[in-house]
Amino acid sequence: MKPAPFEYFAPRTLDEALDLLESEGSEARVIAGGQSLVPMLALRLARPEVLIDLNRIPELSRIRQEGSTIHIGAMTRQAHALASSLVFEQLPLLHYGLQNVGHPPTRARGTLGGSLSHADPAAETPAVMLAYKADMVLKSKQGERIIPADEFTLGTFDTAIEPGEILAEIRVQAKPNEGAALVELSRRKGDFAMASAAARVSLAADGTCAEAHLIVGAVAPVPLRFDAVTDALKGQKFSEAVVREALELMDLELFEFDNEDISLEYRRKIGPVMAERALLQAFKRAEGMQK
Amino acid sequence: MTLHQVSFTVNGKKVSVEVEPRQTLADVLRGQLGLTGTHLGCEHGVCGACTIIVNGEPARGCLMLGVQAEGAEILTVEGASPDEGLSLIQEALREFHGLQCGFCTPGMVMALHHLFSVNTSPTEEEIKEAISGQLCRCTGYQGIVNAAKAVAQRLQAQQ
Ligand SMILES: Cc1cc2nc3c(=O)[nH]c(=O)nc-3n(C[C@@H](O)[C@H](O)[C@H](O)COP(=O)(O)OP(=O)(O)OC[C@H]3O[C@@H](n4cnc5c(N)ncnc54)[C@H](O)[C@@H]3O)c2cc1C
Ligand code: FES
Ligand code: FES
Repeated sequence: MKPAPFEYFAPRTLDEALDLLESEGSEARVIAGGQSLVPMLALRLARPEVLIDLNRIPELSRIRQEGSTIHIGAMTRQAHALASSLVFEQLPLLHYGLQNVGHPPTRARGTLGGSLSHADPAAETPAVMLAYKADMVLKSKQGERIIPADEFTLGTFDTAIEPGEILAEIRVQAKPNEGAALVELSRRKGDFAMASAAARVSLAADGTCAEAHLIVGAVAPVPLRFDAVTDALKGQKFSEAVVREALELMDLELFEFDNEDISLEYRRKIGPVMAERALLQAFKRAEGMQK
Repeated sequence: MTLHQVSFTVNGKKVSVEVEPRQTLADVLRGQLGLTGTHLGCEHGVCGACTIIVNGEPARGCLMLGVQAEGAEILTVEGASPDEGLSLIQEALREFHGLQCGFCTPGMVMALHHLFSVNTSPTEEEIKEAISGQLCRCTGYQGIVNAAKAVAQRLQAQQ
C-alpha cells in the first residue's frame, strides 16, 4: 500500500504550475487535497511520474464576491467553504452539500476544485454546481476556457479538463433568497451516497413556487437534472401531495447504476424519496426566509 | 528520483528530514522520526487510525505526503499526552471502555483533541460528527462517545 515513485514540485504561482504542467507533459498530475488522489496512488490505480502540488498557490484558495457573482478558488478547502458565512448566506446549497462530503479530517484537506475535478459519480459537489448552473474556469498556457457545469462533468471520473489545464476557479451566481437542501442515503454519515438529491426553491410573494431546481446524484455517471419535475411545481403551493405528483414526472430510465450491493431497482425507489425530502426541506427553508 | 530535505515542527520540536516524495507523512513520522504512536491501518484514507493535527486542523497522516509538511506545525498523539500519566481524553477513554485493542485509539484521541480544541462543550451529535471518520472494530463506539461526553463535563466543571 505504498505509492510508486514520482518527482514532486510545489510551485508558488498558478503560472509556474501551468509551466510545469506543460513541460512535464502527460505523465504529470496535479495534487490538491490528496483525499482521492493519494488513495489512488497508494492502491497504484494512479502512477503519475510527476506530481505538481497546488497547495502552495495562495491565489487559488480565495472566496470573494464581485457584484452578484461568487468566485471560489479551486483550492478552497471543503472545511473552509463549509464554515464560510458568505457561502452559507449566498450559496446555501453548497453549504448543505459540503456537510455530506466525508469527515472533518478529509474536509480539512480536501478542496472544492479537487472534488469537482475528481468527478466521482457519488460526489455531492458536481450536483450542487449543476443545480447552480455554475461556470468552471479552466486555465492553461493557452489561456482560459469557461465551461458551464452541465458540460464540465462528462462521466465517471471524467471531466472537460484537458491535458495542460487546471481548474482555477468556480463562478456561481449568489442565491441568497432561496431555500436549499441536499439529502442523501448512505450506509454511514459521510460515506459516499447510494442516491442523493439537491434542491433549490425560491418562492413568490404569495408563497407559491417561483423557481425550483432538482438534481439527483449517485445513480448515473453524471448527476441528473429533472426540469420536468420542477416545471410542474412552478406556481404551486408545496405540499407532500403536490411534490409527489410532480415526482411522477421523474424519468427513472435515466438512472443507470446497477451494482451487486445497490441494485438499479433499489436506486429507482430511493431516488424519488431523496428528491421528495430535498424539495420539501428546501421549500420549508424558503418559507422560513420569507418570515 | 529526487530526495527532498523537509523541515517542520512536531510536538513543538523543530525537525529536518530527508524524504522520498512518495513517502506519506505518517510513514515519515513513524519511520524517520520514530513517532510510532500514529497508527497505520488501511493506508488509503478509510480508517482514520493515522489522524494527526496539521496547523491546527485534523488530517489523515496517510493522505499527506511527507514533502508537503514543509513549514507545518504537527501534533501527534505523543504530543497530545502529558509527560507522565494520561490526558483528560485518554483518562476518560480508559475509564469508559473507549478502547479494547487500542489500534484506533491514537486517531480517536487526535480527532477528539481537535474537537475539544475548538469546542469545549460539544453535543452528542457534534461528538459523533467529530469521530465519524474514525473506524473502531472493537468498542461499538458507545464507550468512546461516553468518554467524550465525560471530557466535556469535566472541562465545564474546570471553568
Ligand atoms: C474517508 C473518505 C470519505 C470521503 N467521502 C466523500 C463523500 O462523501 N463525498 C465526496 O464527494 N467525496 C468524498 N471523499 C473524497 C473527497 O474527500 C476528496 O476531497 C475529493 O474527492 C477530491 O478532492 P481533493 O482536493 O482531495 O483532490 P485530490 O485528491 O488531490 O485530486 C483528485 C483528482 O482531481 C485532480 N485535481 C484536483 N484539483 C484539480 C484542479 N484544480 N484542476 C485540475 N485537476 C485537479 C487531481 O489530479 C486528481 O486526479 C472522501 C474521501 C475519504 C478519504
Ligand atoms: S491509515 Fe490513514 S486512514 Fe487508514
Ligand atoms: S479499540 Fe480496537 S479498533 Fe478501536
